[in-house]
Amino acid sequence: MKMTAIMKLKVLQGHLQEVNGFEKPKIVYEQYETPSHIAAVALYTIQTQYGDIEDKLILDAGCGPGILGIGASLLGAGCVTAVDVDHDALDILHDNTKEMELTNIDAIQCDFLTQTCRWDKYFDTVLMNPPFGTKNNVGIDMKFLQMGVQCSSGAVYSLHKSSTRSHIEKKIKEWGLNGSVIAELRYDLPATYKFHRKQSLDIAVDLWRIHHTRK
Amino acid sequence: MKLITHNMLTSKCLKGVVTGYPLAINATYVKVTEVGFDPEFIGRVIPKLDWEVLWVAADSIGHSEGLPKTLEPKFEENEEFLKKAHRVLLEVEVEEGHLTCPESGRQFPISKGIPNMLLNEAEVQ
Repeated sequence: MKMTAIMKLKVLQGHLQEVNGFEKPKIVYEQYETPSHIAAVALYTIQTQYGDIEDKLILDAGCGPGILGIGASLLGAGCVTAVDVDHDALDILHDNTKEMELTNIDAIQCDFLTQTCRWDKYFDTVLMNPPFGTKNNVGIDMKFLQMGVQCSSGAVYSLHKSSTRSHIEKKIKEWGLNGSVIAELRYDLPATYKFHRKQSLDIAVDLWRIHHTRK
Repeated sequence: MKLITHNMLTSKCLKGVVTGYPLAINATYVKVTEVGFDPEFIGRVIPKLDWEVLWVAADSIGHSEGLPKTLEPKFEENEEFLKKAHRVLLEVEVEEGHLTCPESGRQFPISKGIPNMLLNEAEVQ
């Protein structure tokens, strides 16, 4: 099954709803799922506004069960490399790609931050929804971003809490890169949670596009 | 593990290892899966690769037939060649086996098509 970029957003989201998520999310890796509507809107924006998915060589960094990589494959990516440290997450990714008959996704179990690859500027496009970097992992989101930029000859697309926007702006400047928020998204909660006391789970998220400075 | 992936894997993060490239492939199960052919994409990917490493890797798992040992000029215009490259890069997959670091001999298992490149803390430089 390979769709083209003209696939409607709703169709893409429908497919991504079928993607299985984490069975037992592991706190140590800060595993949390990228909701299907966020993945769909992000990927659709990346393709329709920047043409950075179709026919591209793509890295899904810290892929988890692989929703971004799978969505990229559905939108006509040339080939997707998906990396994650967690074996269980890659197992689910494996089953997802089998079920959806996607044959252009290849996975590596490795620590994205410990370079086990010769991938300097190797990928056209890098996609990630990095760990937020709480408590024991402060700054891990920035390390992911920095490594992502190193791997990319084009752009890195990354999801971050909107509350970190000014911090990321500062970092991008420090690193001598260009970047901007290209979409503001929201983690939708199911209606059943509307009156739940944890309303703060409704999180505003930015989709960043970061790239090397053009001369 | 597709050979496009093998082409970029190294074990240079291992303590005492300088280049850790290329990793030798020991395959106990290789399969071929059909992937849509996109000549423009393949032509653009080839210059990023170490072609000799790809050839040796393909040969080591019995899939080098018809694949030239060296790249010819204007390869991107040769559709027949691009089809062969496409097959070797994207369609041939090592499902089970292991990779071996050329310097330390450390083995990395490949299971269900996924190479496990994780190192424990004591192994990292």
